[in-house]
Amino acid sequence: MTTVTKRRKISYWQRSSNVRTALLYLLPSIILFTVFVFYPMFRTIYLSFFLTDQAGEAAIFVGLENYTYLLESDAFLNSIKATFLFVLYTVPTGIIIALILALLANEKLRGIGFFRTIYASTMGVSVAASSVVWLFLFHPSVGMFNKFLNIFNLPQIEWLLDPTWALFSVSLSTIWLNTGFSFLIILGGLQNIDEYLYESARIDGASYWYRLKRITIPMLSPTLFFIITISLINAFQTFGQIDILTKGGPSQSTNLIVYSIYREAFINYQFGTASAQAVFLFICILIVTILQFKLGEKKVHYQ
Amino acid sequence: MKRVELIDISKSYDKQSNVISNINVTIEPGEFFVLVGPSGCGKSTMLRMIAGLEDITGGTLKIGDIEVNDLPPSKRDLSMVFQNYALYPHLSVEDNIQFGLHVKKVDKKERAKRTSEVAEMLGLTDYLKRKPRELSGGQRQRVALARAIVTEAPICLMDEPLSNLDAKLRAHMRSEIRQIQRRLGITMIYVTHDQIEAMTMGDRIMILHEGSIQQIGKPIDIYNNPANPFVATFIGSPPMNLATGVGDKIMSTIRLSDSIVIPIPTADAHYLTEQIIVGIRPEHIKAATKETVEKDKFIVEVSNVEILGNETIFTFLLNGESWQVKWSGQWQIEIGDNIPLMMNYESFCFFDSETKKIIKTPSDVENHVFGKEVFV
Repeated sequence: MTTVTKRRKISYWQRSSNVRTALLYLLPSIILFTVFVFYPMFRTIYLSFFLTDQAGEAAIFVGLENYTYLLESDAFLNSIKATFLFVLYTVPTGIIIALILALLANEKLRGIGFFRTIYASTMGVSVAASSVVWLFLFHPSVGMFNKFLNIFNLPQIEWLLDPTWALFSVSLSTIWLNTGFSFLIILGGLQNIDEYLYESARIDGASYWYRLKRITIPMLSPTLFFIITISLINAFQTFGQIDILTKGGPSQSTNLIVYSIYREAFINYQFGTASAQAVFLFICILIVTILQFKLGEKKVHYQ
Repeated sequence: MKRVELIDISKSYDKQSNVISNINVTIEPGEFFVLVGPSGCGKSTMLRMIAGLEDITGGTLKIGDIEVNDLPPSKRDLSMVFQNYALYPHLSVEDNIQFGLHVKKVDKKERAKRTSEVAEMLGLTDYLKRKPRELSGGQRQRVALARAIVTEAPICLMDEPLSNLDAKLRAHMRSEIRQIQRRLGITMIYVTHDQIEAMTMGDRIMILHEGSIQQIGKPIDIYNNPANPFVATFIGSPPMNLATGVGDKIMSTIRLSDSIVIPIPTADAHYLTEQIIVGIRPEHIKAATKETVEKDKFIVEVSNVEILGNETIFTFLLNGESWQVKWSGQWQIEIGDNIPLMMNYESFCFFDSETKKIIKTPSDVENHVFGKEVFV
């Protein structure tokens, strides 16, 4: 009897050997993810049900009151509206520009490597550094944009100070900043398309636009799908440009959700409502991504 | 059904050295013409020049008596099958076949009619709605073929279309492509590195090596009368055995090795030069029999044996080179056996050692040429 149980114990230890090895290999990422992702995430969800004290510790349990407060708050609803507008301005335009540049840079021409480098170069620029440059470009009196308008005798624009223009201006700088990354991914996708497909189409006599429509875009669809998802998530999480260019102003017109979270938590010290906003943003991104996968994946051709 | 003429065609990538030079050939309407050569010999480049996918750096290309050097591929009125088939992975088989017709704005009825005809011909009717990734290699190959045929172009170019198939399917597709070409009467230009494909499919074949023509002709003529040692070893499996012989004017012999000496008839005394390349096909080396004269006999030690059902191939070493012998039947030969052999003078090829040109062709005695008279 004892020998039987003993054997079973040994065999269980041996059977789990693969699992233990796997866990050992996973350990570094488990530790990192726990410290920097899982713990903060659960802490945020926990805090969103509390009112907090000065130190950010949970003080009074309020249940869902933080959420109901948010949904009734004009400022937060304005943030949501601004965020969605921002996403709408930046994502489609950015991807279309990146696609056009990638199509140009994919042609086999002498010196095309130079253009590829230039187009991808915004990837290497930090948000902070580029935002400072844009700050100068947008400057009402010495900025290049207004000087340019001046040449054509057009009225001057208060790029970052006019509530009707501020979101557009921030979008402009964001599109510029994100083009490099999108360009690089799309170019990679284009170069993965088999050259023979185009040669075969050329023998059939297909025009450039026909090849673009019938071959390039369908073959590129997985790449486009990927870059659209990434761009959407990035746009929802924009923070750096806002902080440097407008600080959420003028009159809250560029107060995107992430910036609003930052202000709520680290300026107003309302960690509870800030956490509730963060959870809300998380749900928004989740829903958009799920929707995109449901709708988009049918149209995507995977090899 | 158009003629394709290549006049002094050459190709250079760096404007200094030609990868292809002095190609002169006329491909007749309705002909199955095979370009064959080892990899890197320029055969695919040549095909792509005919297609218009590569620029022609020198010479004139005529299709149907019109110079087409500067015409884009679509204006040359031809179709092409690529090595990797170049099927559009996102389109169904039907859409793949119709792609070219769509581009050429053929009307919908005609498109459907032609597609169903071609699908019928190639046995693809059941697969029209499938995507290429759901097909086997052989079926994909057929789709590529269907796509080329459906355009009804008078010239079809094929770039190693069978190289991705397994041996059995390849043999099957060889005859199928040949039959389709015959039925449609199209001019076919076919590139391959496989000499068996070239031999079995081509009306005429052109052998290329390092960008220049080695020989053009009917497969059997090339087999019997190879223009130079390269062709002799490239065509035929196993290849022709070659050795450098030394002519001896006093004895009137060519000496291949210490034990193998070929006596030369007095009429052929002009072959007795300092050095001469001697070749003989593996099937022309015979077993010595009791009747064989002692001086014609030579003994070799077998270093390898392969029995392929009804054929026995064995190898022996001659001056360090391995020579192969092919006999029909199953021969009980072991490695290490000493076997008496003999070679007929009529079976030898001689090549000039300087110019590499053939100077003596084997006469037909051993080639088993049968006329239709043998059938009762």
